[in-house]
Amino acid sequence: MSVNPTGTLVQRIGERFKTALQESSDFRGDLSVVIEPGTLVDVARYLKVEEGFDYLLHATAVDWPARDPRFTAVWEVRSLANKTRIRLKTTAAMPDPHVPSLTSVWPAANWHERETWDLFGITFDGHPDLRRILMPPTWEGFPLRKDYVSFGEPVIFSDQKLEGLEPDAIRG
Amino acid sequence: MVKTDIAQEPIGPEHEPEAEWMELNMGPHHPSTHGVLRVRLKLDGEIVRDADADIGYLHTGFEKSFEDKTYTQGITFSDRMDYLAPPINNVGFVSAVEKLIGVEVPPRAQAIRVIMMELARVSSHELWLGTTGLDLGVYSGFFYAWRDRDLALDLNEAYSGVRMMTSFTRVGGVAWDLPDGWLDQLQRFIDVMPSRIDDFESMLTDNPIWHQRLEGVGVISAADAIEAGVTGPVLRASGVNYDVRKAFPYCGYEQYDFEVPVGTNGDCYDRYRMRVAEMRQSLRILQQAVDNLPGGPWITSDRKVALPPRSELSKSMEAVIHQFRLVSEGFKGPVGDVYAFVESPRGELGFYLVSDGTNKPYRMKVRPPSFCNLQALKRLVQGVLVADVIAIMGSLDFILGDCDR
Repeated sequence: MSVNPTGTLVQRIGERFKTALQESSDFRGDLSVVIEPGTLVDVARYLKVEEGFDYLLHATAVDWPARDPRFTAVWEVRSLANKTRIRLKTTAAMPDPHVPSLTSVWPAANWHERETWDLFGITFDGHPDLRRILMPPTWEGFPLRKDYVSFGEPVIFSDQKLEGLEPDAIRG
Repeated sequence: MVKTDIAQEPIGPEHEPEAEWMELNMGPHHPSTHGVLRVRLKLDGEIVRDADADIGYLHTGFEKSFEDKTYTQGITFSDRMDYLAPPINNVGFVSAVEKLIGVEVPPRAQAIRVIMMELARVSSHELWLGTTGLDLGVYSGFFYAWRDRDLALDLNEAYSGVRMMTSFTRVGGVAWDLPDGWLDQLQRFIDVMPSRIDDFESMLTDNPIWHQRLEGVGVISAADAIEAGVTGPVLRASGVNYDVRKAFPYCGYEQYDFEVPVGTNGDCYDRYRMRVAEMRQSLRILQQAVDNLPGGPWITSDRKVALPPRSELSKSMEAVIHQFRLVSEGFKGPVGDVYAFVESPRGELGFYLVSDGTNKPYRMKVRPPSFCNLQALKRLVQGVLVADVIAIMGSLDFILGDCDR
């Protein structure tokens, strides 16, 4: 009988961290686990030390304005030796979204988390150097949020007052 | 090696204390940055103590733009990121979409993709050889590299009509079949290139100046390279045998017989050797692809994602409906998220695609290899001479369009 290695990995995480494993999925062969934010660093360290996930691919976030908590932060890591991959997710709520930083486990997450802060406004607690990376230091707003308008000129009719508009809406 | 010995001397009493270090701006318009990059160097005399790369000058918001375009429209964005290997970006983008919706790609389309990708790899490495040589004083090499790279761009043009931004992939295959006579032109390219690479090697590989500028400069060990998250030739030069084409074959790479060059020292010279060896391996793959090019269709017959042939439009109402739906609205993907990745000349290029079930990506995150390699610059330049920063930056082969997106 063949054993599905990714299936057992989720089971091992579940046995060890119990309720911190909130959800897991296997979509098109991509394994994802949703971890409770408080335990994320421990899970990451377990994955790196005991399961051999030594290589961080990327870190990013997804904005779901209709959901609560609104943001999903995503880290994708790979074991170069075992040729396996797992996606770690956790959630962050408005108005001041916070997730733990995984730079202490995978130093390569540094720039990826900076970029996520820059574009989504999610604070990574414990990050050594959290400042804007792609946008200029003086930039206001977080461009990859869904409510940040990037297309189209706003139409202002003659009976409308310009002062009433938000700065983002004017920039368009 | 005299210079690196100086660089590795401990800070003696004659060296200035930290407060006296000079901060030097390199860039944003420095020729060796190959794009627009600013590096803030902290200098103790001629020795670099710290470096902070300031990126984002070429940030164009492609990830935001993807969210506003259908899957087919997004293809044209993808090749504008890494503008030195557009076909590989095209394939990376559509393979994420294909993974999401689960489309089969016909063998001929896969072979055409492999040919275009390996051509892009050769032309990108040629350009790297030329420009990095130029940075280090090999002026004549630049012209040889440009001449040879033009042959690959001519092939791009003959196939797609465009020299650089090919946009030749479609979800489920490629946009066009190979034109008549194209394979002969490609065969001439495959025949002539080995001698051109030999010319290059005779100019550089045993050149004592080239050795002195690159050997023992910018060394990174295998463990550090993995920790720093570097990828591609930079990772392999440190002795990590990892190439996406071998580890997770896509587009039928498992059918081709080729080797992945792996270095030992992890210095700039090994990175140079990796790229030259990869060019030779790419030519091997190209020859095999030409010899065993399968026949048959070059795009999937699934009418839900691929346009019907022009000839059907005057005969079949169904074809007209499919054409109209695909052009006006596009196709929808299932709810879910996938990560698809290909080996670009700079390393693993990944596309993380989140779909909410509509005809556009809900979120498209690109994992650019240049971004990951540039992150290691800070580690690599500490303790080296200013002149070696140029060699190290060259050896990382970052493209700022890819890095900043």
